[in-house]
Amino acid sequence: MPAGVVPMVRIQRQDFDIAAEIGRLTEGRTDVGAVVTFSGLCRDEAGALAALELEHYPGMAEAEIARIAEEALGRWPLMGLSAIHRFGKIAPGENIVLVVAASAHRQVAFEAASFLMDYLKSRAPFWKKEHRVDGSEGNWVDAKDADDQAAARWNSSR
Amino acid sequence: MTEPLTKLVYFAWVRERIGKPEEEVFLPSTVETVADLLLWLKARGEEYENALQYPEVIRVAIDHEHVDHREKIAGAREIALFPPMTGG
Repeated sequence: MPAGVVPMVRIQRQDFDIAAEIGRLTEGRTDVGAVVTFSGLCRDEAGALAALELEHYPGMAEAEIARIAEEALGRWPLMGLSAIHRFGKIAPGENIVLVVAASAHRQVAFEAASFLMDYLKSRAPFWKKEHRVDGSEGNWVDAKDADDQAAARWNSSR
Repeated sequence: MTEPLTKLVYFAWVRERIGKPEEEVFLPSTVETVADLLLWLKARGEEYENALQYPEVIRVAIDHEHVDHREKIAGAREIALFPPMTGG
């Protein structure tokens, strides 16, 4: 792992500023050649969804994402890695999650960001509950097998 | 000797079905593993039966770390029960 790279993990109710988060990893240095950002947004599910309620496990959410980020730092030569996950009520079109990976070259940054998201989806303690536009009782979103498979592929490919 | 109190915390539909976010319980010494705990809890009442009807789907964390159902719970300060995660 490159010395001195400490992942930044934040769990917060408020929105984040993607440009500011990129700047946090690149300002004051000239060795970064690639920054990949992934942001996940709330969809409206063809107009049926009024909002998602994001519940999380305080303490463990930070700890688990930090563990995943440390794993990514061990696998790829990163120059910076940040993850922000929001909680609370989030309306369609709003941000839910942000991952920023910085490195000398793009492939590392793409792979690390993808890895972090795949693991975050299947291991970070967050749960989504739907609020429906028609006011009916919303469901808890079901976990998808595809997300577990996406995380598992990182074990077989390395 | 009295058994120590163990804090249990619940999330998402596990929390809703049990009807409380957390509680402290005295676990009998026969409850050694996570699987034992789920069975013991399930027998505590209708709301627990409803939440833990399919114990194999319940995810468990001990002191903020994921564990599988064979894990021993001795020494745990906080045990969390929750459905598969849907963040991101």
